[in-house]
Amino acid sequence: MRALFKDQEHLARMAGLFVAGIVAFLVLQQLLVPKGFGLYGHYRAGALDDNRARPVSFAGQAACAECHTDQAAARKAGKHARVSCEACHGALAAHAANPESKPEKPHGRATCLKCHTANVAKPAKFPQVEPSEHAETGLCTECHQAHNPGMGS
Amino acid sequence: MTDRRQFLESSTKLLLLTGAAALGWDHLQAGEPEKAPNYHTADHWWAMAIDIEQCIGCGNCVRACKTENDVPKEPYYFRTWVERYHVEGGDIERPQVDSPNGGYDGFPEKYHAGDGSKNFFVPKLCNHCAHSPCVQVCPVGATFEAADGVVLVDKSYCLGCRYCVQACPYGCRYIDPRTNTVDKCSLCYHRITKGLTTACCETCPTGARTLADLKNPKDPIHEFLRKNKIQVLKPQMATGAKVYYAGLDGSVR
Repeated sequence: MRALFKDQEHLARMAGLFVAGIVAFLVLQQLLVPKGFGLYGHYRAGALDDNRARPVSFAGQAACAECHTDQAAARKAGKHARVSCEACHGALAAHAANPESKPEKPHGRATCLKCHTANVAKPAKFPQVEPSEHAETGLCTECHQAHNPGMGS
Repeated sequence: MTDRRQFLESSTKLLLLTGAAALGWDHLQAGEPEKAPNYHTADHWWAMAIDIEQCIGCGNCVRACKTENDVPKEPYYFRTWVERYHVEGGDIERPQVDSPNGGYDGFPEKYHAGDGSKNFFVPKLCNHCAHSPCVQVCPVGATFEAADGVVLVDKSYCLGCRYCVQACPYGCRYIDPRTNTVDKCSLCYHRITKGLTTACCETCPTGARTLADLKNPKDPIHEFLRKNKIQVLKPQMATGAKVYYAGLDGSVR
């Protein structure tokens, strides 16, 4: 039988080489590219869930107000209305999940002074005190209610 | 032989069909919506609003961030930090900037009132750029812009090559010394996908920083962007930064 092309043998060899190359590529791709890569973009799709998997430390304002309704109401009436509970009380997701685990109460002047120490870089309208001049040693809570700190209440 | 009419016909067909095939291929490539229940990346476009006039430099955000995201306590590693600017005589070309321990312990008083200087705090974090330089340089696709606008890191896939650390024009990335992989603000992805706000926004006592979803028409961000004079950091770099600052001074770099 006459050959279809003039240099059939060369072409067949070339085609074999190509097929071997493509197979090698596909095998390596299966082995090296992680699962889900390229599903949503040039990244591993599972990375989204990896990032979501971290445990939460701060429970959030809504979780606190669920049980502590009285404190939430007091807070809402005063100047600390927009300050979330965990801004002063710290991360409390563990306490929200298990109310038996009692968190430490914030105490002393330091809690208040974190925000209210005078500093020229602070916005002028923010209430600030010079700690050495304002009730030098006393506790802030002797005069102010932490949840509703105005002096009128 | 092909005449002119035949050539035009076949080339038009080729062009049109290639376009359709390309569209179809894109559609196939997009894949299925993610399997996570109650959260659909396509429904969100996360950003943050920062009101400079409200920031008191208390450092609550820095401390909360380190707690929530297990950031090393040493003073070189931050996902968010606060800078203090001191601008003398209105010279915005030469501000003095300091950030002791990133503002973790607050800011001891350093300047005096009435000396003609301008002083203010600037909270900083990853800008979750829409066109992130850090994503562009990652050689393995270990950092990426998710469909909801958050720039995330795939820690199991990161090589620790540090290209992205150098590429970020805002200095928002660090190499975690425990894993030798890169780490940065994830906009508390584990919280915002559950309906909570970020740890920094949760604990900010003055509302200086607020998480924002630009795809939610009811989000207060829209009013914030309308009512204030808004700027992003380094707009000349065209990164598409999504941390929107109200009242940002020209001295802030």
